[in-house]
Amino acid sequence: MAESRPFASLLFVIAIAAGSTALVTASWDFSRDRIAANERARLLASLSSVLDPALLGRDLDPVLIDALDPELLGSEEPIDVFVPVDGTTPLAAIFASVAPDGYNAPIHLLVGISAATGQVTGVRAVEHRETPGLGDQIDIAKSEWILQFDGRSVNDPATAGWAVKQDEGEFDAITGATVTPRAVVRAVHNTLLYFASHREELLSRARDAALERQSEVAE
Amino acid sequence: MTQTPPLTNMEPGWTAGFWRENPALVQMLGLCPLLAVTTSFVNGLLLGLATATVLLLTNVAISLLRGVLIPALRIPFFVLIIAALVTSIDFLTNALFFELHEAVGLFIPLIVTNCAILAQAETVASRQPVGHSALAALAAGSGFLAVLIALGSLREMLGSGTLFANLDQLLGPAAAAFRIEFGLDGALIAILPPGAFFGLALLIAIRNAVVSRRARQ
Repeated sequence: MAESRPFASLLFVIAIAAGSTALVTASWDFSRDRIAANERARLLASLSSVLDPALLGRDLDPVLIDALDPELLGSEEPIDVFVPVDGTTPLAAIFASVAPDGYNAPIHLLVGISAATGQVTGVRAVEHRETPGLGDQIDIAKSEWILQFDGRSVNDPATAGWAVKQDEGEFDAITGATVTPRAVVRAVHNTLLYFASHREELLSRARDAALERQSEVAE
Repeated sequence: MTQTPPLTNMEPGWTAGFWRENPALVQMLGLCPLLAVTTSFVNGLLLGLATATVLLLTNVAISLLRGVLIPALRIPFFVLIIAALVTSIDFLTNALFFELHEAVGLFIPLIVTNCAILAQAETVASRQPVGHSALAALAAGSGFLAVLIALGSLREMLGSGTLFANLDQLLGPAAAAFRIEFGLDGALIAILPPGAFFGLALLIAIRNAVVSRRARQ
């Protein structure tokens, strides 16, 4: 038995640890690029889902800038902001915001905001671990709850109205889930607050990025 | 879920795993993911298929390696093999079947917590040849899948008033048409955790009734 054969036991442990590590490493090596490509494709599809439908069908290769505000954007790391441009004119800003207070884990959102009007053109929950059957109603695959932000803006409703109805706000709640809709409503409102206070700076950075890209293409 | 695997004498053949020693209804193993996920038919189906697949692969892998197994170290060995396989399956489905992974991705890591897989490793795969282990895994996997589907359907009908909703996540947009509406609001409690226990208790009671009726005849 193992007690009388410490060397064999040690060898056995090392062998299975190495074998398992090799298996996981090999499958990660095989998968990594494909997963990244899948996620990029999904991201581009998601981006178009939160844009003003009037913009779709045009060739909108968004420029990518970043924004850092742990309080309003929900992440200690800079988050991605995708800015579709017409030439160098920004048309919209799409924030990859985070609702840090999701029920099971932070909820990753895409919040599309029109550059001209500051109105929400769409919100989607792109990554979440909310409870199946309850909080996952924020997912467009499960319900249309998330569409109620369309057309809203930072002052519509006023700050007090940016809450779910059970908290005397204007947004529909989700039956059986309290934490999830609160987290999403707050995150969308915070993103709008951030956009309102950083609009000029963000859009000028996007213009610069678009110019830089154009000059790169020209070379 | 840290129950000790039962030391029953696992018999060969189909009925052992599927009926006589059904992992969920008799051994009562794997209840953690089972109770958590079975809020709908589709969720039950997806977790069931994923679990059965992992069960088959782990049984085959452990059975193939049983010659080098040191008995005192078997539990960490099983856990490592199961964790490594589940992690690899998670990566590979994400890379190769992205749409499917979007639907089942949440369930795959849960499989590691399933004691039914550890019980199979302990009672069958570490002692039996590959063919036997594979058959036992298929039987137990199907038994687990059947319970997940039954419980998922029951809870979806009672809790949401629908059946086969969201099947399109698995089978493509055409499958959205399979959705059945009963025109009822549904009792939310069936979807919430207590509903899982009530539903499972009902299934166990039905199975016990069938068994005792057969015994009397």
